[in-house]
Amino acid sequence: MDWSELAQQTIAGLANGGVYATLALALVLIHRATGVINFAQGEMGMFATYIAWSLIFTHGLTYWLAFFLTLLIAFLGGVGIYGVVIRPLQRGGQLTVVVATIALLVLLDGLAGWIWSPEVRAFTSPFPNDLVIVGGVVVSWQDLGTIGVSLACVALVLAFFRLTRMGLHMRAAALRPGTSRLLGIHVDLMLATGWGLAAALAAVAGMMAAPILPLEPSFMLTVLVYAFAAAVLGGIDSPVGAVVGSYALGVGISLLSTYVDFITDAPELELPVALGVLLLVLVVRPAGLFGRPVTRRV
Amino acid sequence: MALLELRQVEARYGPITALRDVSLAVEEGEIVAILGANGAGKTTTLRAISGTVRRSGQVLFASRRIDRCSPEAIARLGIAHVPEGREIYAELTVWENILVGAAWRRDRRQATEDCRRVLDYFPRLAERRRQQAGTLSGGEQQMLALARALVARPRLLLLDEPSLGLAPAVVSRFYATVRELNREQGLTVLVVEQNAAVALQASRRAYVIEVGRVVLEGPSHELRLNEQVRASYLGY
Repeated sequence: MDWSELAQQTIAGLANGGVYATLALALVLIHRATGVINFAQGEMGMFATYIAWSLIFTHGLTYWLAFFLTLLIAFLGGVGIYGVVIRPLQRGGQLTVVVATIALLVLLDGLAGWIWSPEVRAFTSPFPNDLVIVGGVVVSWQDLGTIGVSLACVALVLAFFRLTRMGLHMRAAALRPGTSRLLGIHVDLMLATGWGLAAALAAVAGMMAAPILPLEPSFMLTVLVYAFAAAVLGGIDSPVGAVVGSYALGVGISLLSTYVDFITDAPELELPVALGVLLLVLVVRPAGLFGRPVTRRV
Repeated sequence: MALLELRQVEARYGPITALRDVSLAVEEGEIVAILGANGAGKTTTLRAISGTVRRSGQVLFASRRIDRCSPEAIARLGIAHVPEGREIYAELTVWENILVGAAWRRDRRQATEDCRRVLDYFPRLAERRRQQAGTLSGGEQQMLALARALVARPRLLLLDEPSLGLAPAVVSRFYATVRELNREQGLTVLVVEQNAAVALQASRRAYVIEVGRVVLEGPSHELRLNEQVRASYLGY
């Protein structure tokens, strides 16, 4: 066995896992705040990535300026989506909200195709295209940069929820909205912030994925499937679980497609095999690796 | 002037009218009880005060109309509502639960200080401050719900069925704490109870509600001797 190839494939897997992790964390955030899976999460990231593309290529901004400006725009967009679409529909129940996110998916998809045309665009990467040798292992700056950015985002968001006052209030508002209002917390403001944060995370995922996958209106759909799988693998209500699940899934797929011959020969089997493994894990642990099974007192 | 006053308050859940005509008053420094059977409108009365049900009529708090205010605005005016079933955050730690109680306070340093001090008052909670609140016993959870309400420094405390599901000894310890807070810090309390014996013991005055109307009111020691109250609520 070639150890440097193993290390190389692991790092490539961690880079992909980082993209899944940012998007999976966004899914978990929304699931905790609103109780649904946001099927539009990937398309929200896609739309933000197009905005970044415009800022860079049409308006001539530097990459990092465009990056942070896009995060801000995405945050406000997420707040707007909560205020205009999600909040008014929540009275209709969870199914209504789920359908709304699917409608949003289609809407953003069509809107992006209409504004930027459905043709494939090249997106720049902020990292050099060179390779670097670390301890005898050849890795790309691209992968290292993606891992770094995703880790930073994930750490920031988790620290925000664990360590800050507002993070605590947001967790409280998500757990018990009614009671939180009785304690004087502006629950709507907290949930809107959660949607904003999730939108910003999705924007990061989009901008990290776009240099690898070509940018086109539906380029985040597979990423969403992987992120969703990773979140379920980790436990849909556990932020740490979703992140660990994402890295595990990224590395797992990378290794599977390198070392399992029939997948190497037929790359289209990658996704089905990965999801097959996921199903097996869930049969053994239905609440995910880090989730706690739901028990209710009756 | 009463601290809290309800004038001909009505409340409805969709087409169902839960309160028809409730008028009551709570003076500063009092403990007042609301008694009544299941479904009489006790909980709805508290919800009409804290703004979590659609209501009409007048609700005055510290001479101010609050019947159009949102629940969070009413909480910030100084009304702490401990809901039925305690509603603690089971997934958060005991300490985090208490911190959330002080959420809206602007004087953050003083608020954190109050959170620490409330733990001195409840040594059982202090021992378990790092535990997930869901692991507490029912009585401890009720104490936690009370502690969480107190760190907001309310002028008026609303308690909804605090005795529900608790052993008699735990109930009397809970009410002893409430009376102590009332005596020592002048905390005003409006408590809703199905357990009439306990409520009449702890309170100075009481109201009896039947099908959304106040049907009887008076000093608690007199109501305890009232024939109708004895037959319907005390069971002897």
